[in-house]
Amino acid sequence: MQVTSSVRQPLVTGGKTYHDVTHDVSRHVEAKPTKLWYLAFLTAASVLGLGSIALLATLWEGIGMWGLNKTIGWAWDITNFVWWVGIGHAGTLISAVLLLFRQKWRTSINRAAEAMTIFAVICAAMFPVIHMGRPWLGAYWVFPLPNTYGSLWANFNSPLLWDVFAISTYFSVSLVFWYIGLIPDFATIRDRATGLRKIIYGALSFGWDGAAKTWMRYESVSLILAGLATPLVLSVHTIVSFDFATSVIPGWHTTIFPPYFVAGAIFSGFAMVLTLMIITRKVYKLEDYITIGHIELMNIVIIITGSIVGIAYITEFFMAWYSGVEAEQYAFINRATGPYWWAYWSMMTCNVISPQLFWIKKIRTSIVATFALSIVVNIGMWFERFVIIVTSLHRDYLPSSWAMFYPTWADIGVYLFTFGLFFTLFFLFAKFFPVINMAEVKSVLKSSSEKAHK
Amino acid sequence: MKENKKTYWKGLEQLSNDPEFVKHADKEFVELPSSLNEDGSASRRDFLKLMGFSVAAASLAACEAPIRKAIPYVNKPIDINPSIPNYYASTFTSGGDYASVVVKTREGRPIKIDGNALSPITKGKVNAIVEGSILSLYDKQRVAGPMLAGAASDWAKIDAHVKSKLAAAGIVKIVTNTILSPTTEKALQEFSAAFGGAEVVVYDPISNFGITKASETFYGQDILPSYHFDKAKTIVSFGADFLGTWISPIEFAGAYAKTRKISKEKPEMSRHFQFESNLSLTGANADYRTPIKASQSGLAVLALYNALASKAGVATVSAAKVTVAHLDKAANALWASKGASLVVSGSNDPNVQVVIHAINELLGNNGATVDFTNAVNFRKGNDARMNQFITELKGGSVGAVIFYNCNPVYDHPRGAELAAGIAKAKLSIATNGTLDETASLVQVVAPDHHFLESWNDFNPKKGLYSLAQPTISPLFKTRQAQDSFLTWAGSTTPYYDYLQANWNNTLFATLGAGVSFQEFWDRSLFNGVVGTAAEPAALAPIGNATAAAAEVAKSYTAASTSPELVIYTKIGIGSGAFANIPWLQEMADPITKATWDNYLTVSQKWATENGVAMVEENTKKASLTVNGKTILVPILIQPGQAEGTFGLALGYGRSKAGRVADGVGVNAYDLLDSSKGFVNFDVTAKVTVAVTEEAYKIARTQTHQTFMGRENVIQEATLAEYKKDASAGRYHPEIYKDGEFVKPSKISLWNGHKYSQHHWGLAIDMNSCIGCGACTVACQVENNVAVVGKQEVLNRREMAWIRIDRYYSSDAAPDDLSGMEVAAENPEVTFQPMMCQQCNNAPCETVCPVAATTHSTEGLNQMTYNRCIGTRYCANNCPYKVRRFNWFKYHDNKDFAGVNIAQNDDMGKMVLNPDVTVRVRGVMEKCSMCVQRIQAGKLTAKREKRTIVDGEINVACAVACPTDALVFGDLNDVNSQVSKLLKIEESDSASKEVGEERAYHVLEEINVSPNVWYFTKIRNKEKNEA
Repeated sequence: MQVTSSVRQPLVTGGKTYHDVTHDVSRHVEAKPTKLWYLAFLTAASVLGLGSIALLATLWEGIGMWGLNKTIGWAWDITNFVWWVGIGHAGTLISAVLLLFRQKWRTSINRAAEAMTIFAVICAAMFPVIHMGRPWLGAYWVFPLPNTYGSLWANFNSPLLWDVFAISTYFSVSLVFWYIGLIPDFATIRDRATGLRKIIYGALSFGWDGAAKTWMRYESVSLILAGLATPLVLSVHTIVSFDFATSVIPGWHTTIFPPYFVAGAIFSGFAMVLTLMIITRKVYKLEDYITIGHIELMNIVIIITGSIVGIAYITEFFMAWYSGVEAEQYAFINRATGPYWWAYWSMMTCNVISPQLFWIKKIRTSIVATFALSIVVNIGMWFERFVIIVTSLHRDYLPSSWAMFYPTWADIGVYLFTFGLFFTLFFLFAKFFPVINMAEVKSVLKSSSEKAHK
Repeated sequence: MKENKKTYWKGLEQLSNDPEFVKHADKEFVELPSSLNEDGSASRRDFLKLMGFSVAAASLAACEAPIRKAIPYVNKPIDINPSIPNYYASTFTSGGDYASVVVKTREGRPIKIDGNALSPITKGKVNAIVEGSILSLYDKQRVAGPMLAGAASDWAKIDAHVKSKLAAAGIVKIVTNTILSPTTEKALQEFSAAFGGAEVVVYDPISNFGITKASETFYGQDILPSYHFDKAKTIVSFGADFLGTWISPIEFAGAYAKTRKISKEKPEMSRHFQFESNLSLTGANADYRTPIKASQSGLAVLALYNALASKAGVATVSAAKVTVAHLDKAANALWASKGASLVVSGSNDPNVQVVIHAINELLGNNGATVDFTNAVNFRKGNDARMNQFITELKGGSVGAVIFYNCNPVYDHPRGAELAAGIAKAKLSIATNGTLDETASLVQVVAPDHHFLESWNDFNPKKGLYSLAQPTISPLFKTRQAQDSFLTWAGSTTPYYDYLQANWNNTLFATLGAGVSFQEFWDRSLFNGVVGTAAEPAALAPIGNATAAAAEVAKSYTAASTSPELVIYTKIGIGSGAFANIPWLQEMADPITKATWDNYLTVSQKWATENGVAMVEENTKKASLTVNGKTILVPILIQPGQAEGTFGLALGYGRSKAGRVADGVGVNAYDLLDSSKGFVNFDVTAKVTVAVTEEAYKIARTQTHQTFMGRENVIQEATLAEYKKDASAGRYHPEIYKDGEFVKPSKISLWNGHKYSQHHWGLAIDMNSCIGCGACTVACQVENNVAVVGKQEVLNRREMAWIRIDRYYSSDAAPDDLSGMEVAAENPEVTFQPMMCQQCNNAPCETVCPVAATTHSTEGLNQMTYNRCIGTRYCANNCPYKVRRFNWFKYHDNKDFAGVNIAQNDDMGKMVLNPDVTVRVRGVMEKCSMCVQRIQAGKLTAKREKRTIVDGEINVACAVACPTDALVFGDLNDVNSQVSKLLKIEESDSASKEVGEERAYHVLEEINVSPNVWYFTKIRNKEKNEA
């Protein structure tokens, strides 16, 4: 489709043919699971099982199982929520924004990134529900449903309600986008399969026939969904940041939050994609599809977003000083030097200093260094949300209410639950779904690989 | 009828004689053809359907349906209307503490105790213990009936047993705390006469024997004077916590506050000096507070005497020199306000009290602020006599001993000896309502009614009387102790008749002029109080202070280096008699903000030297040895604690108080010494304190001690500054907008509310708030606020709707933020009651996703529990952090049954206010400004077709406040007290223009526009110095 400069490095290496692509990706779906997969899946499922004890205890006994108190009403719950939502940003960004910008390198990674997005958003969406005192009511009362309570209706002034719409819209659009992309690949697997698998993948592929007209519609739907999803990439985290930005709490009440949160989300999302992709390419031997070139490009995005986040941190301090507001100034001094100084400096080290290492070519093209730093970034981004939420709340206006937050086993357990859920879903995806978008990779083969015609 | 040929058909089918119709004509219900087989029998499907239903129905029926006993009024009792409260005037008394009260009952259950405004002593005010005492009525661990030798018995057997044993017992002694009731005393005399002059031994757990003894020496009468703090321009107190726990704190706090309220019209206030070892509530309110060692206190009193004596030209006494800061200033101030000053001492040493009498005599306060004409009966205990009794009991010479509602095994220094001695008496009886430390050791328990179930009279002050009447039928098979005494003495008159007869014979003659006895009785009962105070007159001294001063000079030292222990009482727990009330255990101590514990208060300097640091709740235990007795007690670092001294509170370490108090804290009574003939609360010798490595957590509701110099929170000035400028100390935040600086209220996103009817508001005077915490307990009782227990307080989850923020000053420079976190060694203290500010631009309201918290048309921020889903966003966004979340289910939950007794067992639940919902788990709650009271008041006014009268509706905190620091009312009514205080102009706007210079909003700069206003704290001192 596109004209590609011959100067550019091929996006897929190893002289792959169309058949190779089909084979390399489909064989994992078709083969029996490996021991390694079983081990990974069972580990993830056990973490899920263990975590569910904490979740059930919280649902049974109440939010008191967590370490929250009269001063700190949100801590790990909303930290985890924002963290997972942030992670859920990369998929859509890669597939939608990069599609619109005709960045072809995305084709190898968009499938897994989108899957990760879906699973991360599922994990994220869990928190606003379970953090409620009465989730069995709140789970549907937050929607503007017709009811018999007279004039009772959701409060459209509340940023939490905006969240409900932002997250649910983002989730639905991402899910549809992802699924549309999967259809041609499901059809490929269907065509290679027999028996029960043929029926299942046949159903999943919605009767895909590979006709030119079908392909044309597929392309247009993808483009339309990409157009729809692109503003969502910006809106979701903007709205999540409104939870804080529209409040009166020093450290929350900050107009810089929307761009700062979006940059942070892309930052952490890319890091998470890297973490997962590096494992997947190794285990599934997909080094020819997810090349060092891909990794380098993603690392560059991490430098950029990491630097944006770093500037945002510094700007916040400047604004606190410039505002002349005592409580605001104190909130920021307290972040850096108060009882939670370690969280602040973990954040600064992980998010601002460590990504700068990617300026060095050797580091940004090293698999090991990238893997390590991708985890560091996500630790840093977790701390960023913790710093914003907990250190702002723990010492706000009236010193009489200043308090500390100590997590309980249930806090940790619920966080583990989401990890278990995320990886269980991801491993199921990696086994049963094509992890690379075969159809789209094939479309870039021609322009980037000499041997593709053979 | 037969002529009538009309036929009514069931339908057209009958008319047409449809064969299908004829077939089923005899059946009442036409069955659906499909459900029938051809032969009319049930099909397999029907069988399964029916079986399924039967099995389900049978298994449902097998589940036991909960039985809820609700007994309807078949005949409605007169005066009891469902949901309409009745109020009865009555009297609270315990160990000589006294309050005239009004008991609110609903459907026959007492649910709230308020002060009786007609009382000339307590003037409608109460304290935390009085508020909380109502729960002791519903304690399911009360003794359910008489007990003989540890087993349940009945009254007839008990009476027979006691009578026969008493007759053969020989010497009979009755042990009691101060009895305020003249008729009870008469009954005891009758009893005494029947058993060979049985002696009544009176002691008080919190003894003030030193003053009565000193009065005897100095004036020849062993009486306790009335103190008129309201008439004092200069107040000097040597360790007397008269606002918290000393003699009659409710009365004193009210009187004291009168001298502390200032306005432009009356820009004068008393000057208060406090010299003490522990930082007491009174010391926290003093203008000048000097920490002194207990071993110096006598010499400090002598130094003051000498300073005044030289001014008066009277001979001074010789005493070692002590350097006490501000003592000269105090002497000058006292001298300048002669006759309108007051010197008091908390010491129980009679010699010190003689010197205090002499000082007041020098100042001409006798007959003015010190009033022997209206002598009080609050403390009649005789420490010396009690000592002697314990020795007699130990020696086995006492044949029978009766403990009349007292618990000396726990609350007397020689409790252990007494416990051993009880077994030596042939007969031992206790009338205590619970099986406490004393009652569990006696042979016969003849439980008295609870005070809310009893008739009684009281004579708190000379010439002033009050009555107690039952507000509920006895819950258990108890009997009024006076009836027991009368029965045992052979009388058959019920105590009620006895009481009436006694009043008829004595008081009616003097107080009931012009009416019949019945009218006099009814009026007295209705009012609760009767009698008037006499004009104070000076009492002529018969002695002088020389001998006492010499004793004081001998027994106190100017420069002792050994550690000293100063034992004190907390305002919430007092002597420990009501320790089993969880509301009081969870009430934050006004000074330390600690709950559920007593602890060793140590100075900051000592803590640094000994390597103790309190990080949040974490501390260490100390090993405290007093006179050979060693106990382990947690350390609490207390700014203001005099160096070299340690403080420890009484009232804890109960072993048989009941499920709430048992095992909470340590018993400090054991450490007291009564060997000098009086109970000495200052242990100045043989004290050692060593830090142990044992870690401990003290549950405090506030762990940050200073206000970080935040002027938007605390605004204060000195009196001199205030006189120059009424808005002294005010902080006026301004925001730059369109080229000029404007008030924050001028910039808003909101259109602003309009309140066409009422606009409820609260004005809080930080000058008269003494921080006593009566409001916090009153709120807890009124609003069914859950008690969560020590662990949950440690988790910082106490549910209090109103709290009193206590801030210490810091010596650090304002820009030294970490230095500002450390309180000064002897800090200034500020109290700030904090509750929902009912913001007009409420940050909580906008963020709730389901609109569970909304604004009322009367300015209230209302919480709809049923709608709340518990996101806690509102609590996070509350700048005042006054919202409280139900982290767990606190009611009907065995995990909280031991502490939240008012919401867990059937007995405890009787105290709940039926007008206020008990909140479920997972919802947010907060101060509602007693919306149920507002609603009730509005309904009453509506029914009576009139407008609301100011003062008719009042919030529970303001009602309880002994100093009237909180004033509630309608801001739309320019004539209401609150509007007058705030100088509000008539307007229906939410944002009222307030003319009072002292009034401010906490956090004005964020323009949440609260309906609660604070008045600047004014200190009567030269400059901002401690």
